[in-house]
Amino acid sequence: MEKEARNINYEDVVINVDKVSKSFGDLHILRDVELNLYNKENLVVLGRSGTGKSVLIKLISGLLKPDHGDIKVLGELVNKLDERELRALRQRIGFSFQNSALYDSMTVRENLEFPLVRNKRNLTRAEINKEVEEVLDGVGLSQAINQMPSELSGGQRKRIGIARTLILRPDIMLYDEPTAGLDPITCLDINSLINEVQERYKTSSIIITHDLACAKMVGDRMVMLLGGKFERQGTFEQIFDTEDERVKPFYDYNFIV
Amino acid sequence: MRRKIESLLIEFAKIHRFFMRFLRELVSPPYELKEIIRQCYEIGWKSFPLISLTGFIVGFVFTKQSRPSLEEFGATSMLPALISIAIVRALAPLVTALIASGKVGSQIGAELSSMNVTEQIDAMEVSGTNPTKFLIVSRIIATTTMIPVLCFYVAGIGLLGGYLSIAAKDDITMLSFFNQVFESIAVKDVFAMVIRAVVFGFTIGFSSCYVGYNSSKGTEGVGKAANTAVVSSMFLVFIEELLIVQVLSFF
Repeated sequence: MEKEARNINYEDVVINVDKVSKSFGDLHILRDVELNLYNKENLVVLGRSGTGKSVLIKLISGLLKPDHGDIKVLGELVNKLDERELRALRQRIGFSFQNSALYDSMTVRENLEFPLVRNKRNLTRAEINKEVEEVLDGVGLSQAINQMPSELSGGQRKRIGIARTLILRPDIMLYDEPTAGLDPITCLDINSLINEVQERYKTSSIIITHDLACAKMVGDRMVMLLGGKFERQGTFEQIFDTEDERVKPFYDYNFIV
Repeated sequence: MRRKIESLLIEFAKIHRFFMRFLRELVSPPYELKEIIRQCYEIGWKSFPLISLTGFIVGFVFTKQSRPSLEEFGATSMLPALISIAIVRALAPLVTALIASGKVGSQIGAELSSMNVTEQIDAMEVSGTNPTKFLIVSRIIATTTMIPVLCFYVAGIGLLGGYLSIAAKDDITMLSFFNQVFESIAVKDVFAMVIRAVVFGFTIGFSSCYVGYNSSKGTEGVGKAANTAVVSSMFLVFIEELLIVQVLSFF
């Protein structure tokens, strides 16, 4: 189930996080964090709850602003863009939320149409329908098109959430805890879907998780956030080849050693 | 004490920023016409049953309660004039605003707050959609336009209630009742009613959206937002009523 090694060009940086710090009041979440995401790479960010993993991808997508440092996404400085420029950039970034964040007053079809009709206003009804059906077929949920989010299972909601982000054909995917709260079989399905998305849409992705099976299955490279900094990075084996008491319990718990 | 003043000033600054953002999005294209129409339907049309019942009861009860006082002076023939002035000048906009604060205010507060809690607003933002334009501007436009419409309706149904209350005791036709009603009210009374309703409509929309959009995370935040939306809307409506009465007394 481990991911096959792929050829990634480590010169082609799509996200560059440069000495970024973020605090909430007296709580210092990220301290001078540095990170690169390379083109067509799946980067897994590991770390305990509350260490700032989700904060990091919210900073990358411009939902939060850093206290210090710069974040460059696809060549644009996110923290220096005005609202209109940021909105244009966000069309190239897909964000899959931990709880899927489906619009619960809309059907699956309306959820998928929502970003499309607002960002590509000249599309015809037939073109919209074609896009929706195609992306829904891609996540294997064509039959759910007229269902409400409340009628879907947790795994289905995740898939629809991913489909909604894919409809704008993003260059970058940000996954926030994609397997949280799911049973092992559904986790495997979601992990396969993340790899399929990467292959089909040629996306570069950051996957936030503390599920090591997920990390091993989807990640080309991993980084571990400890005390507001990326202390360890490399392949799965490199990350866990340590006696560091802050790292070992992750492995021990996930693989019940 | 100092901390309380500080937090109050911060809150005012946040309200000001929210208002400026609303104004900016109000005038800049693209316009979310479909969503505005949907909100008008949700806020206006779906409030009709409750508004109808309340307006009718207010007109009927107010007339019934006013009768004994006028009877003492043998002036029951003045009842149509009295209730028309009372309903058009004060009761219709106030009753509409209070019912809308409860029904619409809680609905907007809870809906936006739960969207906030479940990250649906963030999801809109990251998908390149402007949530202020889609969620806030559309709702505030809908309350500002629909509450005056509801207010006219409440005035009509309240007068109907008043007529039925009078007709139960006196021999009066509907035509002569409404003749007396229209003789008693001036254009400036109707104008004042519209002004009140527009101000109240905007206030209910704005305060409910502000509370819902900026609610704290968690399920507790949803309940709190719904409650605060209702209380703040009602409180502001009464304050505005007081101010508008003072201002209109100069004309």
